[in-house]
Amino acid sequence: MARVIVDVMLKPEILDPQGQAIARALPRLGFSGVAGVRQGKRFELELDGPADEAALSEVRKMAETLLANTVIEDFTIHVER
Amino acid sequence: MSAARVGVVTFPGTLDDQDAARAVRLAGAEAVPLWHADHDLKGVDAVFLPGGFSYGDYLRCGAISRFSPLMTELIPAAQAGLPVLGTCNGFQILCEAHLLPGALTRNEGLHYICRDQRIRVESTRTAWTTDFTDGQEIVLPIKHGEGRYVADADTLAALESEGRVVFRYAGGNPNGSLNDIAGITNEAGNIVGLMPHPEHAVEDLTGAPSVDGRHFFTSILKRLVNA
Repeated sequence: MARVIVDVMLKPEILDPQGQAIARALPRLGFSGVAGVRQGKRFELELDGPADEAALSEVRKMAETLLANTVIEDFTIHVER
Repeated sequence: MSAARVGVVTFPGTLDDQDAARAVRLAGAEAVPLWHADHDLKGVDAVFLPGGFSYGDYLRCGAISRFSPLMTELIPAAQAGLPVLGTCNGFQILCEAHLLPGALTRNEGLHYICRDQRIRVESTRTAWTTDFTDGQEIVLPIKHGEGRYVADADTLAALESEGRVVFRYAGGNPNGSLNDIAGITNEAGNIVGLMPHPEHAVEDLTGAPSVDGRHFFTSILKRLVNA
């Protein structure tokens, strides 16, 4: 069993109004020192077996097909621990 | 001669299928209900993907719907020339299915917007817009939270130079769409997607801001009858 994490973020050039709203909220709450916020999605995939090369290749396909819309989003994959 | 048959797709969470079917019938065509879980287009002559929140907008708007059994039939048929109109969530599904380029993202102002909107018709060369005149201004309802059209610079330039921007917001951009884009078409002009709702603007009785939406349906009917 292995846990694989897929992080999906809007591409840098795509406007992220949710991230901007969060960034504007932080100073109101007394937090300082944050120059910008981007909001994304995190997927935790519990695999049946080990996170070997074949399994990670499948996860990549899942990310390209469904988890991310590669027209507007980038994704990164990493194995937890 | 039998009436043209226009399929109206219902996904779980679709809201506008009844209005869509009514608009189709008002134009004189037969509205054929299509169910998302069927591998069956029932031999229709055109397809209307109505708005709503298919599959609860889970993951991304249209991201799940795009893989439904019905869509696996519709995608190759549309690529082969079947006329398809997608409004609102239907437009989002067409983009997720890569039948149209680009994507629809969260409104710039973050608010869900529900209002009557002026729209300029930029192309009358599609299967769904021949009954308009180029540059005509119409008024249609809009109601969406994720209608900001985005595409990379090359795609935008191609859409503009090939005349594939079909509708543009007029009198103010409600959602931050790039180039004020409200609707686009594919290269062949058989697939059209737009955020506004023509199916809600076909009858005075319902308090619609106009009956401009009728022209979508009279356009496709003429095309089907003359085909």
